[in-house]
Amino acid sequence: MQVPASFEYVVATSVDDAIAKLSADDDARVIAGGHSLLPMMKLRLASPGTLIDLSHLESELRYIRADGPGIRIGALATHRDVIESPLLAQRARVLPDAEHVIADPLVRNLGTVGGSVAHADSAEDLAAALLTLDALVGIKGPNGAREVPLNEFYLGPYTTVLEPGELVTEIHLPRGASRGAYLKVERRAGDWAAAALGVSFDLDSAALKDVRIGLCAVGSTSLRAPKAEALLEGKTPDAALLKQAGETAAAEAEPIGDGRGSEAYKRNLIRILLPRAIQRALAAGSSNGSTIHAN
Amino acid sequence: MQIKVEVNGEARVDEVEPRLLLVHYIRERLALTGTHWGCDTSNCGACTVLLDGQPVKSCTVLAVRADGHAVTTIEAIENPDGTPSALQEGFRQKHGLQCGFCTPGMILTGTALLRDNAHPSEHEIREGISGNLCRCTGYENIVKAIQWAAEHAEEAAAK
Repeated sequence: MQVPASFEYVVATSVDDAIAKLSADDDARVIAGGHSLLPMMKLRLASPGTLIDLSHLESELRYIRADGPGIRIGALATHRDVIESPLLAQRARVLPDAEHVIADPLVRNLGTVGGSVAHADSAEDLAAALLTLDALVGIKGPNGAREVPLNEFYLGPYTTVLEPGELVTEIHLPRGASRGAYLKVERRAGDWAAAALGVSFDLDSAALKDVRIGLCAVGSTSLRAPKAEALLEGKTPDAALLKQAGETAAAEAEPIGDGRGSEAYKRNLIRILLPRAIQRALAAGSSNGSTIHAN
Repeated sequence: MQIKVEVNGEARVDEVEPRLLLVHYIRERLALTGTHWGCDTSNCGACTVLLDGQPVKSCTVLAVRADGHAVTTIEAIENPDGTPSALQEGFRQKHGLQCGFCTPGMILTGTALLRDNAHPSEHEIREGISGNLCRCTGYENIVKAIQWAAEHAEEAAAK
């Protein structure tokens, strides 16, 4: 039986209250959906002395709303909220597409966007999808609020730039994208990716514009693929260009071999997935995330 | 700490340790053993219960998190007159269970699925139960059981 070590449990009554409680206790952690932290606590990989429950802050932190050309997603928005958001379906298609292949529907009912991002698992699909929309991480702490670009937020696996007392409160997308898609290869339903990638772009007649590629599980953090992006930018994709872009992205990936596949296998997945993701994003009416089972 | 939880429509007040998981609270404190305890790692879904109507894995929820919320377990899924719900009947009609270990979780997930989407496609059913594992691998008949319930829900409700 897996049981967490003992801890004190307190409920945050506001974001400011959560920050005050977090700042006052070096050994405290915040908990939202709990679907990353509790498994680590059950394995005793994490043993915080105090848990600060954020689940009562939904009126402050659970939202998905347009803000000019951009979109703001509150940290307590659940994975399910992302799937069901008409706004994201229209302006940030890569996000609901990715969410369909994150864990499973039951986990998505409780797991939160802010928790996923702050947990900083290098195989977290949502981070790779958010990278394609130039996401900024909204942070609040004892010294006020700040925004950090997502690609600067991660320092490595499970490590972020969050300072003691700071809390992820929001994901800010400065702009949307009219096209997006996410593809993942996993060994079994609900597993972490062997490799996955997301794309977002706009169309200037048939030419790709503002192309962004986010790679998942092929580096110590989620990665962009800037050379492949540059190759595609401004071009009307054909089979030869997509093939070349796939090869370029595969070379940019930084996978290591593990139980989910060898380095060569993972690079090959990226090579194959990029053209398919671009085609998927171009195909009108695609509405459901797609998983390809490896075995 | 003290928690107040509505379990299957009944208000409960209990003193629990913060680290007590919801699955153990339900099984050991409330003796509702229809909620099964399986993988303990939020994979298998045997411990599925409805939290405010949404299926969740109770091995990965603290009992204190349910404070002020409503929990529904398999014991409260039957019709008010004690007959099986349409989905329970579907599992009987379509041989939707073999060993039965995953069945309570499947039925709770399926119940919420049909409530939100009365006529799901096969793809939607399969995605919907993708967080509930059947080690007998009896998925074909589980999908058929949910389809049976979708087809018969109205006549079951009219009874």
